[in-house]
Amino acid sequence: MTTKTLTSTKSTALMSVLFVAMLGGSVLFLAGHAQSQALHDAAHDVRHATGFPCH
Amino acid sequence: MIQRMVTSALFAGFAAGLLAALLHFAFVQKLILLGEGYETGTMVHFGAPAPVSHGQDATATAAADAEHADDGHSHEPAAPAENRNAMTSLFFGLTYIAYALLLTAGFGLAQVYGKAIGLREGLLWGLAGFAAFQLAPAMGLAPELPGSMAADLTARQLWWLGTAVSTGLALAVLGYGKGALSLALAALLLALPHVIGAPHPEGFSGVAPPELAAAFATRSLGVGLIVWAALGALAGQFWSGKPL
Repeated sequence: MTTKTLTSTKSTALMSVLFVAMLGGSVLFLAGHAQSQALHDAAHDVRHATGFPCH
Repeated sequence: MIQRMVTSALFAGFAAGLLAALLHFAFVQKLILLGEGYETGTMVHFGAPAPVSHGQDATATAAADAEHADDGHSHEPAAPAENRNAMTSLFFGLTYIAYALLLTAGFGLAQVYGKAIGLREGLLWGLAGFAAFQLAPAMGLAPELPGSMAADLTARQLWWLGTAVSTGLALAVLGYGKGALSLALAALLLALPHVIGAPHPEGFSGVAPPELAAAFATRSLGVGLIVWAALGALAGQFWSGKPL
């Protein structure tokens, strides 16, 4: 394996890490922080119990 | 690698979400319902400040509180009880799947730099996740029992996010960094959110008894610790792909 392919494997891996982290962050935002009334009502007890600022 | 991160996270997050819902209904939910009783005025704590004058009897105070509850500031979920608990279980699942995705993204990053993660390392990552996402934010913004008073929501959400990121980075630097410089950086990142300080209301006028709020805060943190430990260990185990 050449240095070039090693670098590209690494950057692909880093892109995957970034993608999964952003996916996790988005789900966390929806479940814990988004303020749409329907989401807030459905997630209400979880937000209180997990220590998210709720309202 | 994406597939490995996502599948480990889905399995670990789903299992942790189930455990969270179980522990929540065993220890925490009844405190939330009690807190809402005080929030809406169906119950009145004897020490609660009388909203109009000190000459009122308890019935009048309760009536005034009930009136207050109808003024559009009530934050009770609109959903009926059985739907409410189903939603709570679902959102525990979503929340812990989200946390699991953040954990496995971290595992992936560790692998890129040649650090192997298994059950034991996962457990440590889980404990660090608890410290970053629950314990450190709770030191500034205590878990809110319904009926507690708090400052502006956006300010608190920003402080929450900043604290979680800063604490998480600090623990990663502590765990994987070397030398005095990384120690100093970690200490700085740990302290920074608390030096800035969490947004707080100007006064205290919560209507629920302090005993209830204290029990709620400690129990929700305790449940969080157990679930995060399980989440980290499971995610590490699934990530490693080794038999137990």
